[in-house]
Amino acid sequence: MPNYRMNLLVCGGTGCKASGSSEVVEVFEKEIEKAGLKNEIQVIVTGCFGFCEKGPIVKVTPDNVFYVEVNPEKAVRIINEHIIKGRIVEEYLYKEPVTKEALPEQSDMPFYKKQIRIALRNCGFIDPENIYEYIAVDGYQALGKVLSEMTPEEVIEEVKKSGLRGRGGGGFSTGLKWEMTKKSKSNQKYVICNADEGDPGAFMDRSILEGDPHTVLEAMAICGYCIGANKGYIYIRAEYPLAIQRLRIAIKQAYELGLLGSNILGSNFSFDIDLKYGAGAFICGEETALINSIEGGRGEPTVKPPFPAQKGLWKKPTNINNVETFANICPIILKGADWFNSIGTEKSKGTKVFALAGKINNVGLVEVPMGLTLREIIYDLGGGIKGGKKFKAVQTGGPSGGCIPKEHLDTPIDYDNLTKIGSMMGSGGMIVMDEDDCMVNIAKFYLEFTCDESCGRCTPCRVGNMRMLEILKEITEGRGTMEHLEELKELGQIIKDTALCGLGQTSPNPVLSTMNFFWDEYVAHVKDKTCPAGVCTALLKYYILPEKCVGCTACAKVCPTNAISGEVRKTHVIDREKCIKCGACMATCRFNAITRR
Amino acid sequence: MAEYNLNSEKLKKLEEYIDGIEEKEGALINILHEAQDMFGYLPKDLQLYIARKCNIPASKVFGVVTFYSYFTMEPRGQHVINICMGTACFVKGAEKILTEFKRILNIKEGNMSEDGMFTINTLRCVGACGLAPVVMVDGKVYGRVKVEDVEEIIKEYKK
Amino acid sequence: MAGIKSLEELKALRDKYKENIIGRDTSDSENKIRISVGMATCGIASGARDTINAIIDEVSKEKLTNVVVVQSGCLGYCYAEPTVEVRVPGKEPVLYGNINAERGREIIKKHIKNGEIQKDWIIERTFKNI
Repeated sequence: MPNYRMNLLVCGGTGCKASGSSEVVEVFEKEIEKAGLKNEIQVIVTGCFGFCEKGPIVKVTPDNVFYVEVNPEKAVRIINEHIIKGRIVEEYLYKEPVTKEALPEQSDMPFYKKQIRIALRNCGFIDPENIYEYIAVDGYQALGKVLSEMTPEEVIEEVKKSGLRGRGGGGFSTGLKWEMTKKSKSNQKYVICNADEGDPGAFMDRSILEGDPHTVLEAMAICGYCIGANKGYIYIRAEYPLAIQRLRIAIKQAYELGLLGSNILGSNFSFDIDLKYGAGAFICGEETALINSIEGGRGEPTVKPPFPAQKGLWKKPTNINNVETFANICPIILKGADWFNSIGTEKSKGTKVFALAGKINNVGLVEVPMGLTLREIIYDLGGGIKGGKKFKAVQTGGPSGGCIPKEHLDTPIDYDNLTKIGSMMGSGGMIVMDEDDCMVNIAKFYLEFTCDESCGRCTPCRVGNMRMLEILKEITEGRGTMEHLEELKELGQIIKDTALCGLGQTSPNPVLSTMNFFWDEYVAHVKDKTCPAGVCTALLKYYILPEKCVGCTACAKVCPTNAISGEVRKTHVIDREKCIKCGACMATCRFNAITRR
Repeated sequence: MAEYNLNSEKLKKLEEYIDGIEEKEGALINILHEAQDMFGYLPKDLQLYIARKCNIPASKVFGVVTFYSYFTMEPRGQHVINICMGTACFVKGAEKILTEFKRILNIKEGNMSEDGMFTINTLRCVGACGLAPVVMVDGKVYGRVKVEDVEEIIKEYKK
Repeated sequence: MAGIKSLEELKALRDKYKENIIGRDTSDSENKIRISVGMATCGIASGARDTINAIIDEVSKEKLTNVVVVQSGCLGYCYAEPTVEVRVPGKEPVLYGNINAERGREIIKKHIKNGEIQKDWIIERTFKNI
């Protein structure tokens, strides 16, 4: 095996691939071959670095230099300058947005400074399509340790002691869940990995599966050993083709090395894993719906109890955990529960991966210890709001969560604190909104999502959400009344109390939380018939500012409905009866003389 | 297999795939994925065939096909344009991109252009939020799409 | 690929492939010994590639996990290429000149492992970094 003196780690996650990282890899390989350095320099395609905003990402080790937005031309220069001559190409480094200073080392970048990587520990570090790379970083050691040194009870005790809670949203104790399933008596049990990451804006599970698939397989086998199951399923969204491909490769390699299959590592424990595909139904992230879908049916939820731990897949006891939860298991086994529970807050241990998106400078994935404040995540790691605009709210928990305003920016994030302020952890999506986002419209967006995705089984969700959406449409189109607002609140509370499953019970949250924190915006829509953020078209009115208008007639020419009149060199006016609010005049005016309110 | 109004060559391939599966009922969704990949969509005859082949009531197959948004019973255009409507793309203006696609392709009702070249779909989050708004055409991802880019993207496929 | 039959086999496999990974681990890099080899045109022409490869080989043979080997640009001592700089955390950096592959190995064995600075090979530093 050649002893490589340098590695070029190129991100092969979905984000960077879309930005062209495959071409960069090709160029690297060609150039290295040309320079005769094939046995000295290694190109490794890794999983997601999390810094998708600046992709494709290339990290050079051991120099620890971090290049961003690399394209084929830049790749050639990196080889010629950095690799052959040892000169770092400064202009391709990440630049600090405030000081514009180029930062060569990954650890210098604020984006990585406060992160502790447990679940993402191997993402961007190993080649996910090569099992030996995983083995080199202690891969399958946890499974080996469990099989040869620990009883199932001891493992469960360790997981319980670690304080690990479900990372998919609910936050239920993982150890307890395992224990419940272990206690159910049956000749057949199952382990399911929930990889149906449906929350829009959350993509940590995809990144883990793409960057470190083996850790999920290993943890599933450990879980199987604990609860007494010899069969596992990974339920994965069809929208993630790359993750599916990497998982297939990983499963095949694990079988070839005998790390899956019968008598693993010479023990009498056997474990099989199969892939099952979703088909674009958000509800299938709910445990009971997911089980129905794996059984080949419509993904409708059923009433709990019985819980899957008692009667799950094919009516047999089943343990379901999500991808990020499983990704925490192996480090807990190898480093111990005490190491893990020293990180985080009193009731939320360890780290959480968040997907930062929306109006934020550093869009990407971050893994931080529980208890960091929203401010630290958004401003220190996220680099603040795009374009210097004002922060308005951050949405967490996806369609089940809520919007958090700036008053709560200093809340330390853990499961319980987020619930207290009317949102939830959810799967960890964080969508940042600025002054240009209308909170009523955002609430409407989430409700449209829920109405689309409601399975239709229970009335509160199927009919109730539709009624709420109708009311919101009335409000955003200027026909809202104060009674509407009361109705929204009441209906939301009823749906929360009566819906069948988690999706329905949480579906009013985006509306209720925005009403709670942004009441004034709702009132403005209803009473003043205006949209303060200038989003709801029906409520907008365009005005020409007389002090700025020079009478150039450009707006009048561009108006499709001839709603603007005025003489040359004199102030123009808009006929609001004719105006269709297309905004063409505003885009055309060179004197900023047109505003909308 | 003359009783089905379907391409018999493709049908044979599907039959081989199904025969290779031991536990057929639980594999229904995987089978439907395979079938849709081969035929492009899932017409009634194809559903009926799968139902009989797997010994599942046709009503159940129909129920599953209509439940999941990934499955379609309508033929699709040569190129499928998927516009991401996840939250990150939404706040970055995905709606305007959708409107522009519909305007240029002159799609008023349904989601297929008249010449059968394009089908427009929306989907929820491809997980490339860093590049929002995102459009995916036949599996190729376009990031940071602006309204002005739409025409160029369509041109690429009109050749 | 043959199946792995026991934890011991798995551990042996891990140790074998670990070498491939060590160079990539950049965590805790400020507490590690940093060896940089001048790899500009003149350095390469004088055989710096052999030197760096020998050093890396020696580091992995000795299983030294606290050492990072990197290449650097031209230091300006063309007369003394290949040049190798050793930075032990908390100590003054040492700059060696005329280091061929064999001397590179010696530096690892003597300086890095036993702390014996090889005075004969040191070249005088004529500048200070600010």
